[in-house]
Parts: sequence; structure tokens; C-alpha cells
Amino acid sequence: MSKITLKNLSHSYLEKQNSNVDWALRNINIDWRDGGAYALLGPSGCGKTTLLNIVSGLLNPTKGKVLFDNEDITLKTPVERNIAQIFQFPVIYDTMTVYDNLAFPLKNRGMQENEIDARVKEIAEMLELTKILNNRASGLTADGKQKISLGRGLARSDVNVIMFDEPLTVIDPHLKWVLRSKLKELHQKINRTMIYVTHDQTEALTFADQVVVMHEGEIVQTGTPVELFEKPKHTFVGYFIGSPGMNILSCEIQNGIAAVDGVKISTSSTIKQKSNFSKIEIGIRPEFVSFSKEGIPVKIIKVSNTGRHKIIDTECKNGKIKVLSRSSKEIPSGSAFLSFDKKYTYAYGDSRIIE
Amino acid sequence: MNKTINQRAWLFVIPVFILVAFNAVVPLMTVVNYAFQETFANNVFTWEGTRWFKQILRSDRFHAALGRQFMFTGVILLIQIPLGIAIALSMPKKGIGVPICLVLMSMPLLIPWNVVGAMWNIFALPEIGFLGHSLNDLGFDYNFTQQIGDAWFTTILMDVWHWTSLVVLLSYAGLQSIQPAYYQAAEIDGASKWAIFRYIELPKMKKVLTIAILLRFMDSFMIYTEPFVLTGGGPGNATAFLSIDLVKMALGQFDLGPAAAMSLIYFFIVLLVCWVFYNLMMRNEEQK
Repeated sequence: MSKITLKNLSHSYLEKQNSNVDWALRNINIDWRDGGAYALLGPSGCGKTTLLNIVSGLLNPTKGKVLFDNEDITLKTPVERNIAQIFQFPVIYDTMTVYDNLAFPLKNRGMQENEIDARVKEIAEMLELTKILNNRASGLTADGKQKISLGRGLARSDVNVIMFDEPLTVIDPHLKWVLRSKLKELHQKINRTMIYVTHDQTEALTFADQVVVMHEGEIVQTGTPVELFEKPKHTFVGYFIGSPGMNILSCEIQNGIAAVDGVKISTSSTIKQKSNFSKIEIGIRPEFVSFSKEGIPVKIIKVSNTGRHKIIDTECKNGKIKVLSRSSKEIPSGSAFLSFDKKYTYAYGDSRIIE
Repeated sequence: MNKTINQRAWLFVIPVFILVAFNAVVPLMTVVNYAFQETFANNVFTWEGTRWFKQILRSDRFHAALGRQFMFTGVILLIQIPLGIAIALSMPKKGIGVPICLVLMSMPLLIPWNVVGAMWNIFALPEIGFLGHSLNDLGFDYNFTQQIGDAWFTTILMDVWHWTSLVVLLSYAGLQSIQPAYYQAAEIDGASKWAIFRYIELPKMKKVLTIAILLRFMDSFMIYTEPFVLTGGGPGNATAFLSIDLVKMALGQFDLGPAAAMSLIYFFIVLLVCWVFYNLMMRNEEQK
């Protein structure tokens, strides 16, 4: 059990780095409190698995430090770090029984036979594996195998952190939900730091107290699910989280006020007249856009009804705007005007929020 | 279920049937023909029943050849399989070393059998061969043309040189197909090098190793050209394996009946051993 700190961490898989693109991770700084549930969220190739492997010690970072409880462990092996990791594909030892699989990490650490037995039975009980303890592990289904991987991670009671690398990828959809609840339940029961890597926003938002959103090797925002939804600090977060994602519109600046298609938009951001941004955009979630008598003139292109709400695709001069409204609401047809909720409208300079 | 009866489908099988008939069934039936009959010149055949089979199965000569054959196959399997795995394990997993190693490993496999035999014959000659001469210079009394132990040593060394690569290549392919996550998980679980080999690498190589053992068993059990060129079965009959003995009987002594019976027995032994071995190895697979 310990606090995890990542300091100025950068990693590259290449010998020489010429440009930003050559870095898999760029200047990562994170503080993870002991016992928390965290998620690393981002699209494939954003560097989240690299980051995870650096924390577990499978990779050594090119630059920067990894600290457990303020102790520098950057160059230590996974065994010395005493961590557990569950991989995307279930990793089991084919020739062993379920029992031996769970006991394996304990045996390797020279634990007493009776202690191992007690611990394995406890874990099996927790994961509902008791009935099949003596079966060969290779005969199980994917979710059963993944439970064993999970069990091996949980078997040691003193691990500093348990890490999950997209652990539900190969699991059937209806079982995903079951295993996800199981994970959440386990976290509450054993109260150990857990880091969960995924590209699925639902998994990240339901599992974690704090979500770290990554994009092209950088952390673009860290926050609670609500913060990420209500105040995305980067256009990528706005676009990546939420379904449909945030509307991002290019805008002009007139006397310190943003304007779209000549219509002034009041935002929660304070825009200075003289700024050095190469582009300024406005972001608003579809949930906070509504039809009104005046505002931005748009053409309505398509209305899709998802049952609970309607998603309306509209188009104005500066781009497309999606609107989310309750299914029961009447939708105007042809052309209409849109207004934005000021509280949730932000201006972004070079993709980052202007506070 | 109601199946449509359409006998015309058999027409499609005819080309394959003819092909198989000419390349397998007809030659095999000739052997079967000889195995049950006695023949003299002018194609005169007389029925002999199982006489040749009884004669072969009771003959000391056959027992000795069979013993030598099992001995040889056993020894080369015991050397080549562990050695092949060991080499595959120590080969680089990526980088420029991979193609270099693979090419070096494939080289012996590309050399024709009789060339290998001739190469080793010259290489091992006690007077002029590099190996033979060097061994004698080092004080060993080495002469593979005269001493039984030396003949065996040379034959086995030659086969190990020629065929270990096959085991290496197959094992290497098996090793390469293991997902990195297995090694990472084992590292995190604190597994020793031996435990990684025993619980990850060996089980994952099981299928390719089954193939490797089967191939090496069949090839070494039917080996002919290399020992024939190297030792000619000598000194005496010391390295006369089954195939060499068979050819001596069939073409040397022209005992076609017993030779045909021996061929069939030989064939059934290979078939039986392969069948038993394959079923043993695959028994666990089917339980899944």
C-alpha cells in the first residue's frame, strides 16, 4: 500500500528523439493517493499502456522518476515493487489447476504451505471460483480465465497497487457488466490502490473516482467523471467523453467576446483581446444546447431518436452542431435558432480551455 | 435428415483416386504381392502365405537391425530435442541477429542427404579428414571405418549436425508465438527462469514439439542415404540400420519375398509408433 507519484515522466521507444511525435509519453506528472480507484482513459496508441508498464516496472522510462511513498523506485523490478497487473488477454498457466494458478505468485515468494492454502481459498471465495479450484485452468472460458488472472493479482495481500490493462476486452458484453461490478466491489472490500487502463469511457467513468484522460502521450485532464463532463479542459476531452461528444466550433473574437456566425456568445471563459493563440474555438456539450427564438441560425439536417432522447444534427456557417433534447420535445424543422447555456460554454485557445 | 442421393458426385473423386492409386496403392500392392509369394525368374509366383513374415519376425538379423534402429533413433531424439530447444531459447528474439541465426540454422537442412554423408565421410577420415586427423593428433584412437564405437559416434554426430536445426526452427516458431503478456505476468508473479520454461514456454511449445518429435522419429527411423554413404552399414553390420539391411536383403541377396515382408513390418512399426505417440500427446487436448 502506498502513494504513487510520477515526476516529469517521458518515454520514447526510439534511441533518438527528433520531434514530439517520437515520444510515447511526454512530461507526465501524477499523484495517486493510497487506496484510490483511478482510470487511465484514452484512445488506442495514446500511451496509456506504456504509462502502466512504467508504473509496474516492465519498462524503464527514458526520463523522469516513479516514486512509491516518496521513495524512488524508477529502476526497480516488478518483483521489488510488489505490484500486481492484469493484462488485456487472460494470462493463465495452462498446465496448472485453478488452485495452482492462484497459489503460484505466493509459492514463488516462499510462503508457508498452510498460509497459501488459506489465502487461495479466500480469494477463490471472493471470485466465486471455489467449485472449480481443482479443474485444469486451460479448460475455462475467457471470463473464467480472466478471473484467475485477477485472482493471481489479488492473492498477495501486501501489493502496492493493482493495475488493469483493458481487462475486459475479450469478455462477452453481458459478462463485462458482471465483472466490472465485481471489480468495484473488490475495491471497496480490499481498499487497495487500483489503476484501470481503458479506451472505454463507460468503464473508466463507472470504475474510477479520478479519471486521467490521455491524448498523444500527454495528460490532457485529470478529474472526477463529473468534472470531465461539465468542464472539459481540452477539446479532446470534450470530444472523447460523452455521447455524442462536445460541439467544437471555430469562432471570431469581437471586443473580447466570442462570436459564431456574427452572433455573440457569452462563455464562462475570460477572453483577452490580445492573445497569442493560433486558433480559438468554442465548446458546448449537446446537452446544453437548446432551440430558441433567437441565437445562431442553423439548418436542421437529421433527427435521430434513441428512445430516451433525440440527437439533432444541425449545421451553421462555422460547422456542425449537435443538439440533445428529450424525446418528448417538439423539434422545429427546416431552419431554427440555437442558444447555448453560458455556464457550460467554454472558449478554447489552441485546444486548451481559456479559464 | 433427408440427403439427396446423387451418385454422380463420385465422378469428382476419380482423378484423386487414380492419382493415389498410381503413387501409393499400386507400388504398395506390388510389395504386398511379393510378401506372400515366392518368385523365380519369368514371373513365376508360388503362394507362401505368412512364411516370410514368420521368417523375418524370428530372424536374429532382423532383431539386431531393429535394435540398432531403435537405439539410433532414441539417441538422436534424446540429443536433438533438448539441444534444439536449448538453442531456440538462446536465439535472439529481435534485431539483426534473428535473420542471421535463421539462415545459419537452415543451412544444414538444405544440403542433400548423400552430400552430407560424403562430406562427413571425408571430414572424419582418420588419415586426411579434419575431424579424424585432429582427433588422432589429440591422442584419441579414432577410426570410424574400423571401430564400432567410432562409427556410431560419427553417424550420430552427423545426424545431430544435419537435423537439430529442424527442431530449433520449430521450437523457435513456437517460442515466438507466445504473447509478451505471459512473460510480463510471470515476471510480476516472481517466477524463476526455470518456472517460466516449465509453466509457460514448454506448454506453449507442446504442439510444435509434437510435430518435431514425430518428424524426427520418422526421418531417423527411415534413415538410409547418410549412413550408407558414411559407413555403408559397417564396420561389419554395426551401423546397418533397418533400411540398409532391407536394401542388402532385397537388392544384394535378391531375397524379394522376405524383403517385401520386412518392408511391410517396417512400415507398420513406423505407423504404429507415430499413431501411439500422437494420440498420447493429443489426449489432453481433446479433454478441453
